[in-house]
Amino acid sequence: MAIAPARDPLTNRPRIYEGSRIPERVPTILEVDPVLREEGDILEINFGPNHPSTHGVLRLIIQLNGERVVGLEAVIGYLHTGFEKNMEAKTYWKAITYAPRMDYVAYQANEYVFVAAIEKLLQMEIPPKATWMRTLMLELNRLHSHLVWLGTGALELGAVSMFWYCFRERDAILDLFEMVGGARMHTRYFQAGGLAEDIPIGFYEECQRFCDTMPARIDEYEGMLDGQAIFLERTKGVGLLSAADAVALGQSGPVLRASGVDWDIRRSEPYLAYDDVDFDVPVEADGDVYARYRVRMREMRESVRIVQQCLDGMPEGPWIADERKVVLPPRHELHTSMESLIHHFKLVTEGYRVPEGEVYVPIESPRGELGCYLVSDGGPRPWRVRFRTPSYVVLQAAPTAMSNALIADLIAIVASLDNVMGEADR
Amino acid sequence: MTPALAQALVEPWWISVIKAFVIANLVLGTFAYLTVVERKLLGRMHLRYGPNRVGPFGLLQPIADLMKLLRKASFFPKGAVTMLYILAPILAAFTAISAFAVIPFGPGWEIGGYYVAGQIVDVSIALLLILALSAVGIYAFVVGGWASDSKYSLLGSMRTCAQLVSYEVSFGLAVLGVVIMAGSLRLTEIVAAQQEQIWFVVPQLVGFLCFFVAGVAETNRAPFDLPEAEQELVAGYHTEYGGIRWGMFQMSEYINMLTFSALGVTLFFGGWSGPILPAPIWFLLKLGALIFVFMWLRATLPRLRYDQLMKFGWKVLLPVATLNAIATAVLVTIF
Repeated sequence: MAIAPARDPLTNRPRIYEGSRIPERVPTILEVDPVLREEGDILEINFGPNHPSTHGVLRLIIQLNGERVVGLEAVIGYLHTGFEKNMEAKTYWKAITYAPRMDYVAYQANEYVFVAAIEKLLQMEIPPKATWMRTLMLELNRLHSHLVWLGTGALELGAVSMFWYCFRERDAILDLFEMVGGARMHTRYFQAGGLAEDIPIGFYEECQRFCDTMPARIDEYEGMLDGQAIFLERTKGVGLLSAADAVALGQSGPVLRASGVDWDIRRSEPYLAYDDVDFDVPVEADGDVYARYRVRMREMRESVRIVQQCLDGMPEGPWIADERKVVLPPRHELHTSMESLIHHFKLVTEGYRVPEGEVYVPIESPRGELGCYLVSDGGPRPWRVRFRTPSYVVLQAAPTAMSNALIADLIAIVASLDNVMGEADR
Repeated sequence: MTPALAQALVEPWWISVIKAFVIANLVLGTFAYLTVVERKLLGRMHLRYGPNRVGPFGLLQPIADLMKLLRKASFFPKGAVTMLYILAPILAAFTAISAFAVIPFGPGWEIGGYYVAGQIVDVSIALLLILALSAVGIYAFVVGGWASDSKYSLLGSMRTCAQLVSYEVSFGLAVLGVVIMAGSLRLTEIVAAQQEQIWFVVPQLVGFLCFFVAGVAETNRAPFDLPEAEQELVAGYHTEYGGIRWGMFQMSEYINMLTFSALGVTLFFGGWSGPILPAPIWFLLKLGALIFVFMWLRATLPRLRYDQLMKFGWKVLLPVATLNAIATAVLVTIF
């Protein structure tokens, strides 16, 4: 079934192979050679859902031949919460709070994709300040997500200290979130029409300070990991995924770019202010764990660049559209204007009505293509909400990337795929 | 004190017993505070504080830990081989502590008309004894993991078997250079030889590096902590152990680290000898420095993979250690 990747004669490491090693039937199960099973050489281990390094509640049933993984089956659904169904029972502006809770690491991206779908159905114009601020927040969130990934990923290789260093910067980002939204996670800062509140005083200075320190911190991380023979040995040539396989398995985001496919929705279908900011899309060709690490590290630098440009180019003006049928009226008007009071009452009790129709809005979340499919029947509640989550899709690639890995590799590969189970199970 | 004088003053047996009692307790006390030191040190390296709640500066932390471990319900898996399961941690702790008996920490003193030697027993095969005890100690990890009837423990045991056995060989070869230079397996004589010549770390630098790497692997410390790799095997061979039994495994790990560092000090850094300060203080200072390196490694390095570990052990460490021993032997014979 599998084509063994060619080995580099000098280093004896597998090289990235050409073509695909996926058989006709795309495996979500890596099956054991029955001969081995008859010989009694197979040790079946239940890896998770409670295990130190399964990123939440991923359960892997692995068949081991010695330390080698020869069979693998992923069991998901332990974190199924029925987010999508719940959202159908809530009015649009209440349902927004559900979206970020699916992916509790890249919450702003989830929040934005749902809001963007609503706005597309409403055909709303968003004021430029809100657009730019959203871009800034999404990029900060990408940094946040990659920092969590780097910290836990390095932790899983045994480099404990990286976790704390990454969480130091993560904390700085959470402070910024707290400043704008009042909450450190699940800020619900975006809403149909713009932002929930104006950008607070002092935010630009704080954010600037963060942008000034962050590149040096990334240098620090790279110094700790890239210069370390053990880390390189553990990550290079491990968890191979060829470009053809990655595309066939529907991969996106850093996993796809690490396999040498130059694809980023921010650039190919620009949304928000991504058209107006200057950034590169990092691509690596090796398709191994190290390439995924490199892509994410470079993305972090690009994110800092984008945040900096957003800070410099932030336009003045209103932070929310003046669309009284959708957006809550300003508080002070409630005491003087009957119209505003009625709007306020209608919005809070019934919610806004969204014209009939269906949309699919994809964005580039830190994990890849995050899409929201939204169907409206014209009422105040979504008729159907469905998310295309990269964490779920990336699990499809697990058996292909993990075939013939050692247990220790399995950990490194799971970490490099960077799946958040809350998002995969929903 | 010259060996001749030491020979003349034979220590009464009851002094040895008292000393054994005192030293065993000292080692246990050191172990207890080593955990605090390690946690505080790691904390500083990790940008956090480490334990600082129990007592002043967290100094009562080990006592609290001990009480917690003692009071935990002692359960064991239904399928466990009961006797082996219970004996394994005891064996681990026993071999770890008893290896300390031959480590010299001073020249010997005359107290109240009695001669008190600088170690509990001064046997002529001290170095071999330590190697043998550590080899017996491996059984505890292997048997303990096997007897607890858990797949993760079994994998941990498997790794222990492979890792410790292969690094034991390099460990033995790495110290061979020192033995050849000192012409003795007796640790007191090795210290004396270093006082006459030079700290063996200078001529035996390669030997020391091999010794250190093999020692880190022997004591299951990062980056060689595969037998208990938390992120892979939950807790490796002691996955199914809880309460004070787990504590004993932990204790044996720390005491092994202590013994190994003490051995390193004795073999390569002149043992207890040093100017001005009294001998035990010098011994402790050197010991502390070596242990600091252990902790530093843990904070910095990721874990090796199983096959890389074996490859490194057999293809790099063993040849280097062997060549070092041969080169030393040739040079010592010529000069």
